[in-house]
Amino acid sequence: MFKNIYDWLDERLGLNDLYTNLLDRPEPKTTWWNTLGSASMFLFIMQGLTGIFLTVYYTPSPDHAYDSVQYIMEGVAFGWLIRGIHHWGATLMVVLVFVHMLRVFYTASFKFPRELTWLIGIGLFLTTLGMGFTGYLLPWNQKAYWATTVGTQIAGTAPFLGEFILKALRGGPDLSALTLQRFFSAHIWIIPAVLVGLMGIHLYLIIKHGESHFPTKED
Amino acid sequence: MSGSHELSRRDFIKVTTGIVGGLIGAVIGLPSIYYLIDPALREGGKEAWIPIGKFEDMQVGVPYPFSFTRVQVNGWERTASSFGGYAIRKSDSPEDLLVLNSRCTHLACTVNWHEESDAYICPCHDAKFSMAGEVLDGPPPRALDVYDEHRLTADGLIEIFFKEA
Repeated sequence: MFKNIYDWLDERLGLNDLYTNLLDRPEPKTTWWNTLGSASMFLFIMQGLTGIFLTVYYTPSPDHAYDSVQYIMEGVAFGWLIRGIHHWGATLMVVLVFVHMLRVFYTASFKFPRELTWLIGIGLFLTTLGMGFTGYLLPWNQKAYWATTVGTQIAGTAPFLGEFILKALRGGPDLSALTLQRFFSAHIWIIPAVLVGLMGIHLYLIIKHGESHFPTKED
Repeated sequence: MSGSHELSRRDFIKVTTGIVGGLIGAVIGLPSIYYLIDPALREGGKEAWIPIGKFEDMQVGVPYPFSFTRVQVNGWERTASSFGGYAIRKSDSPEDLLVLNSRCTHLACTVNWHEESDAYICPCHDAKFSMAGEVLDGPPPRALDVYDEHRLTADGLIEIFFKEA
């Protein structure tokens, strides 16, 4: 019975092919260092899920952002767990993505035919940092406020365009309700959308080219 | 090594991944569900005696409108909710008082007393209730709710017993 249903779906969706290509493809001899990309993706999915749950109670307005975070931490059942995972997962994700990048660099995996995988990976690293930067403001506490003041001020020191960049980031000359709102929008819609798109291409390229061999002495 | 249920290395990995994944999913998934439905599991139910007006101001046979506000803490904010109703004296005795809740039993809009129609009329779906709260016309499934307990204080005020939902 289940086999019939599975066969019917497999003929139309190609489930067996998907399984073979995604989870059962041939790999060269690998080490734990090769798992960092998958670990990063797992963390991203966790961040997405816990982030969605956080938006159930969080409100991005200067009046209530701080109180709503306090409420999540103390008022809602397991709010501390959801926010804890999101908070620590964010830090861990930046670390893992960076170590993943170092691994690819040291094993020279960025060479032909994987140059585009590497370049898109840089995009993924930058969007991950963007997620960290925008998410840091959202609790709207002292640390968040001043970190974003400093961060956007640094962006403002860019030559020629500096003032424009600062105003574009803050939504005006000062840190305000507009800043919080646009950081929230960037954090939950804009940057994740870019990140998911890049991740799709990154994964496609990895499946297309396969993992690289670790270089030997002859290389 | 003669066992007929020998597990291959690949199958072992698959099973282990499944079990570990399932555990992680349960440890995070179940609290997540609790997290989502938590506000629905809160018990309100605060009780209070609320003064609705002076007994001497209420005329026999004329609905006396009253309203009051209750402040509740919902999440990180205090929300003021309005309640109201009509007190109808049937005789001189303070016991002989009917206190109706003006919340329509259809879909919770507020009904108003219309002297000319001799009825409470709901603006939302034209429900009509008699002075005593019985359904005269329209979609409501039952008569207007009644504040069962009321008392006369020493200062001549009528107080009703109110319990939050």
